[in-house]
Amino acid sequence: MLRKFCIAVAIVVGTAQPLLAASDVNPQADAKAFKDYFTKRFPKVPLNDFVNGPYSMDEGLRKQWQAIDAFPPYEFAVEQGKQMFATPFKNGKSYADCFANKGIGVRQNYPYFDAKSGQVITLEVAVNQCREANGEKPLDYTKDDMASVTAYMAFTSRGKPFDIKIPDDPRALAAYNKGKEYFYTRRGQLNFSCASCHVQSAGDHIRTEVLAPAFGITAALPIYRSAWGGMGTTTRRLRTCNGQVRGVPLPGGDELYRDVEYFLSYMANGLPISGPGTRP
Amino acid sequence: MRTRALIRLAVILSVGGFATAAFAATADDFKAAYAKAEAAIKQAHALKNEWTTTASELKAAKAAGDAGKFDDAVKHAQEAEALANASIAQAKEQEKLWPQAVVR
Repeated sequence: MLRKFCIAVAIVVGTAQPLLAASDVNPQADAKAFKDYFTKRFPKVPLNDFVNGPYSMDEGLRKQWQAIDAFPPYEFAVEQGKQMFATPFKNGKSYADCFANKGIGVRQNYPYFDAKSGQVITLEVAVNQCREANGEKPLDYTKDDMASVTAYMAFTSRGKPFDIKIPDDPRALAAYNKGKEYFYTRRGQLNFSCASCHVQSAGDHIRTEVLAPAFGITAALPIYRSAWGGMGTTTRRLRTCNGQVRGVPLPGGDELYRDVEYFLSYMANGLPISGPGTRP
Repeated sequence: MRTRALIRLAVILSVGGFATAAFAATADDFKAAYAKAEAAIKQAHALKNEWTTTASELKAAKAAGDAGKFDDAVKHAQEAEALANASIAQAKEQEKLWPQAVVR
């Protein structure tokens, strides 16, 4: 009996994933290196302009964007999102009951690490958690109502600097590091990582498009994307990118999507929310 | 002379045909190949690193199998298995390589 117990303990200890020691992961150093890389590579781009993605990289595209922005295509989504905020759930509560400051001007705080669940909570996950906590069905993570409600929340937060926190908790550091790993890992049959396009090839063309720099890339989300003919969320963008390199996308709310958004948003700390955005 | 050459050609062709018939895939061959492909895909799925082309090949394998075209079905299933194995190898390799790409 004792022998079997000892074997069981040995198996559990031997196969357990060790949590990262705080000294192994240094988000502050990563963020400084990230910012330095992009500001040195693109010295003419004003710091806050990085959040405008491809428009900070290409003057011609920028002019087109400015023309489109006279009548922004995401306006309908913002209006619908505002309506959704004003409409109570069946139980009488609303989105405002789930978020600090009634959900107004809070986009810059997402994602955050929730110590209770041990998971990263993105804005989209928070919206669905709010709905489910109030007896409503979760929304599709990629577009339509989810894009509308997060567009409205982003719009109320425009200009506020990203303020992503990584608490001194090994689980939060592990989630951040998993996100960092996801970002730099090659995937799909075409063997691209997020970094292949948005670090190494930032500012370059891929077919007719200009690749956005990774620095500040989450600031404009959700976006109206001309290629989609409609709005799309952070999840939709990640899934599209996966598909473009012939990788099977993950489901909305997947841990890896949350973690990579956590990593990228932390890298953007100090940069202003610019969403909802318009993209080619 | 000419007749002998023609006879030789006929023998070669008939042997070749026989050989082909002898190696034609069966439904059991297809089931085995499909199961191997599915097992590899399951492993790739667990690593969260499946390729879209893998799923396409498996779908083609099933379609060919359903149509009784077992040679094609086995070929597609083997391709699906190869793609799944390549995606598994990619995931394992990248576990070690990704830090090299990090901006410092």
